[in-house]
Amino acid sequence: MKSQTEKIKLRILLTGVGGQGTLLASRVLGEAALEAGFSPLVSETHGMAQRGGIVVSTVVLGELQSPIISPGEADVLLGFEALEAFRALNYCHPKSLVIANTAAIPPYPVAIGKAQYPRIGRLMELLAAQVGGLLAFDAEDRARQAGSPLGVNMVLLGALAASASLPFSDADLRQILSTRTNPKFLEANLKAFQSGVDAAGNDKYWLKRPAAWH
Amino acid sequence: MSELLTGQPGERRLYLGNEAILRGALEAGVALVATYPGTPASEIGDRAYVVSRQTDLYFEYSINEKVALEVAAGAAASGWRSLCSMKHVGLNVAADALMTLAYVGVKAGMVIVSADDPSLFSSQNEQDNRYYAKMAGLPMLEPASPQDAKEMTRAAFALSEELNLPVLLRTTTRINHSRGAVTLRELVPPAGPGFFAKEPFQKVMVPAVARLAHARLLEAQAQAAAQAEVSLFNKIYGKGTWGIVSSGVSSSYVEDAVAELGLKDRVQVLKLGFTNPLPVSLILKFLAPLEKVLVVEELEPCLEEGLRAIAQAQGLTLPIQGKSPALFSRLYEYHPALVRQVTARYFGLPGKAGEPQEPEKVLGEPLPDRPPNLCPGCPHRAAYYAVKIALKDLGLEGVFPTDIGCYTLGLLPPLSMADFLICMGSSINTAAGISKATNQKVVAFIGDSTFFHAGLPGLANAVHQNHDFLLVILDNGTTAMTGHQPHPGVTLTPVGYPCEHVPLKGVVKALGVQNLWVVNPFKYKETLAATKEALSASGVRVLIAEAPCPLHVHRVQGRKSQARFRVTDKCQDCRHCLDYFGCPAMQLNQGPAGGRMRIDPDVCSGCAFCVQWCEAIRPVKQ
Repeated sequence: MKSQTEKIKLRILLTGVGGQGTLLASRVLGEAALEAGFSPLVSETHGMAQRGGIVVSTVVLGELQSPIISPGEADVLLGFEALEAFRALNYCHPKSLVIANTAAIPPYPVAIGKAQYPRIGRLMELLAAQVGGLLAFDAEDRARQAGSPLGVNMVLLGALAASASLPFSDADLRQILSTRTNPKFLEANLKAFQSGVDAAGNDKYWLKRPAAWH
Repeated sequence: MSELLTGQPGERRLYLGNEAILRGALEAGVALVATYPGTPASEIGDRAYVVSRQTDLYFEYSINEKVALEVAAGAAASGWRSLCSMKHVGLNVAADALMTLAYVGVKAGMVIVSADDPSLFSSQNEQDNRYYAKMAGLPMLEPASPQDAKEMTRAAFALSEELNLPVLLRTTTRINHSRGAVTLRELVPPAGPGFFAKEPFQKVMVPAVARLAHARLLEAQAQAAAQAEVSLFNKIYGKGTWGIVSSGVSSSYVEDAVAELGLKDRVQVLKLGFTNPLPVSLILKFLAPLEKVLVVEELEPCLEEGLRAIAQAQGLTLPIQGKSPALFSRLYEYHPALVRQVTARYFGLPGKAGEPQEPEKVLGEPLPDRPPNLCPGCPHRAAYYAVKIALKDLGLEGVFPTDIGCYTLGLLPPLSMADFLICMGSSINTAAGISKATNQKVVAFIGDSTFFHAGLPGLANAVHQNHDFLLVILDNGTTAMTGHQPHPGVTLTPVGYPCEHVPLKGVVKALGVQNLWVVNPFKYKETLAATKEALSASGVRVLIAEAPCPLHVHRVQGRKSQARFRVTDKCQDCRHCLDYFGCPAMQLNQGPAGGRMRIDPDVCSGCAFCVQWCEAIRPVKQ
């Protein structure tokens, strides 16, 4: 197991808005990686930044010691909110895989008419042109349909698990969800997770397929 | 059961750096932990609180960091291994105790955690606390990972006992708030009752005793230096005639840079974990075969200056560089690509620098900001609003010294209720100075936890000196910003939390304040009337705005208001709510016929404050 885990380098950046559950998602990825024999590093935002601001966390796997990710070096970007996914473009490189929630949470300046929220279709189009792959869909809607309105994180984890970019399976992630998250929400969480898996299997959400898959 | 109390020796766990620190202390048989919460150190105390409910560990949220350090020092003097943790600026508060505790020393091991915050994620400055170790003459360890953090904390207790000195464990945000694989060791139960052995002519720092104690400290520093020479936390790896020296999280960036630049056969790395005193012989042995050395450390050139002094004393002239316009900055935290690029530049190698795409350039227009904001239903916003309107009605303009907490966000428009801030407790004393020097109306703001932390002497002083300002104490019944830790004034605590209640109002009165108003800021008319009275009076006036943090109430009691409000057709589009209040639930719908205010029912907390001053806002019928 060890020789295999050492060869890989994988840097995952998660970005969203306070309250969207980015911390739990990064923790679950970290636990799954630990279970798979890696020595993952997960870095989190706490404190002042959480009061309605942007929350970024990172998960780093394999032959790496640094807990954070530099601009231009995220292999995978999980964008929990459309604008924040686009804002993190500077963390991507030309081969990055981006999985983005297309639902918007208007920032306060937008909510009071002091700034414009850019057109989401345009954000996704521009994003797709800069990165290696883009899977974009309304994860909020899918979470709601799965009976878990706060389950955007579970939907995105499911989509990530099904994107074949992780060195462990979606079954491994489900296993972690069932042992590390609140049992009260497990059924809804697993349903939201599956909805994300399904989204990744739907061609229409792939605004750009990663080159290696063609 | 706390996650920190389970697990077999040899098992790997994914721990936050802060959890790893506490686990290390538990593996060393720590008996007492004391803290005042502060990002990025807060989780050490929060986890210790949970552990203390399930074991014999004694834990307290002390009133401030000086108190925490002294409580821990007393226990350590009595044979209990003790730990106190704080954010970097907390050590300023505790510095008076720290400097002389170095003279007094300890009996059982004592570890002081200083969590620095390069890049100021949640702080008022980015001071480098490694200088405290130099100034106090204390041994210091700097972990580079959560695993290091656990092992160093554990080892620090033994080191502390060997030297009879407290040991500083200096971390940065990226250590405290990173999770990493940590391999567990056996937990060690705390010692039973301690015993304070009297040695007054060793432990009471009057001048005659302290003169000798200072000499003792210098001897202990020599012993500490000898320990640093053989410490397993200082490592040399790689080969070649180039050198890199680093400590803390920078060591991780260096390790990745060396691997990615393919320098394993060209560069030797000295990874320092025991950084005060510096291991002179080890450093000289490291420098001897080298042509040039790069020092990688965030913030101040602490190691760099130490290395240069050591090299100079030995007559070595090789270049030793770190901070310079062409290399590393003294500002902000570093990141892996930065360290890789500077390393490549210093050694004249081609750097593998990708050009990240800037999102605003790609879009061709600026992206809307997402500033943090006070929560919907926050009592601070209600109190600020009343003061704003009272000043406006009286035709006055206020100057607002503020303090440290969620309410510092009152800085942002439309509230704009913060004009001056230095540190915990500074609102009261700077208000005194400003009101003395000017004829302006001064209204200072301080939170309840901050008031107990550092406000009491200032208020007593203001009364004694007959200063002239209004102090508004924003009493939300908790330490909200750092995660709702208790303080002496709290009444709402988790079930079974053992504490005595020190009533805020009684304390203010006892400090000699004659003009005191206590209001519930959500009762607008009363609050406005009281604020106007308070503004019009003279001398030291205190207005306590008392309403619990709704997040805290929800967390402790599971209660959440079900009421919701809406904007009716009566709205004249005056936008007073946007210009004076700025609740995140109040939004402007952009329509073809111009904007129109609405209240987002998913964001509205149901606090029923706005409905008291705007006729167009009415309850939603359930």
